[in-house]
Amino acid sequence: MGTVSVAPVEIERPETGESPFAVTEPDVPWVTLVHNDPVNLMSYVTYVFQAYFGYSKDKARKLMLDVHHKGRATVSSGSREEMERDVQAMHGYGLWATLSQDR
Amino acid sequence: MAGHFEPLPGGGAAVALDEVEISILRSLAVQLLELIGPGEAEGPDAADPLARLFAEGPSEPPSDPALARLFPDAYGTPGTDQDRQERAYAAEFRRYTETDLRARKRDDALAMVRSLDGLTVAGDRGAVLRLSPEDCARWLGSLNDLRLTIGTRLEIGDENDGEALLGLPDEDPRKPMVMAYLWLGGLQETLVESLMA
Repeated sequence: MGTVSVAPVEIERPETGESPFAVTEPDVPWVTLVHNDPVNLMSYVTYVFQAYFGYSKDKARKLMLDVHHKGRATVSSGSREEMERDVQAMHGYGLWATLSQDR
Repeated sequence: MAGHFEPLPGGGAAVALDEVEISILRSLAVQLLELIGPGEAEGPDAADPLARLFAEGPSEPPSDPALARLFPDAYGTPGTDQDRQERAYAAEFRRYTETDLRARKRDDALAMVRSLDGLTVAGDRGAVLRLSPEDCARWLGSLNDLRLTIGTRLEIGDENDGEALLGLPDEDPRKPMVMAYLWLGGLQETLVESLMA
């Protein structure tokens, strides 16, 4: 590795407007959220949490009840890539899921 | 065991279906197949499997509300407007995943049609449908997709809407769809119970 010091490149950023791709902080974990909906059966949601995440019946049921009563629950956390995988799987099962950075 | 699944020894589940039930289920599964369709990858390259493999999916949510429920945005908080970044992320996610997701849902619905076509109906007694554990998973997915689709069409927005539909008078045009929705719910519920037994 060379030791030539290179001054950081100055990048002109807009002063105010949200620059769309600069906000995510790499160290902050992402989470998968499952949202409540009136169609999915409580038993089916519990089944999905057990079948896909391998959660115990108790944990799966508790998460399902959180979705049902609180409107949503955090069902997994990790890197953005991992959470995109989980969200895609939830959509495959027909559950309403999103991912976001846990701030 | 009419209208409900029971677990089979050694895994899987079985349900007795009469001729009418078989034909309704099949017709619903075919309608679901038509609704999901091949997605946006259609076009001049559609016949070329290699081109299809590298084709990007759509970046906008489907305009049909039922399809939008089957293929929701992966970023953003439901009920609030997405910000620019969430919109950009959701579009990117959709481009790379929706085509696969459509294929999976189509395969599940096709599995449902195939198992129904494999039944031999014996007179008035109907037939007993026996599903392997693998087919159970596909049926669960399709029964759920069907309920999501019908639920969207019936505009079931919260638990109270579902209850209100129970009390519809017989002459209401939505009645047959409500009956199908409830019947599918019973099938799905007992299929889940069979798998968890």
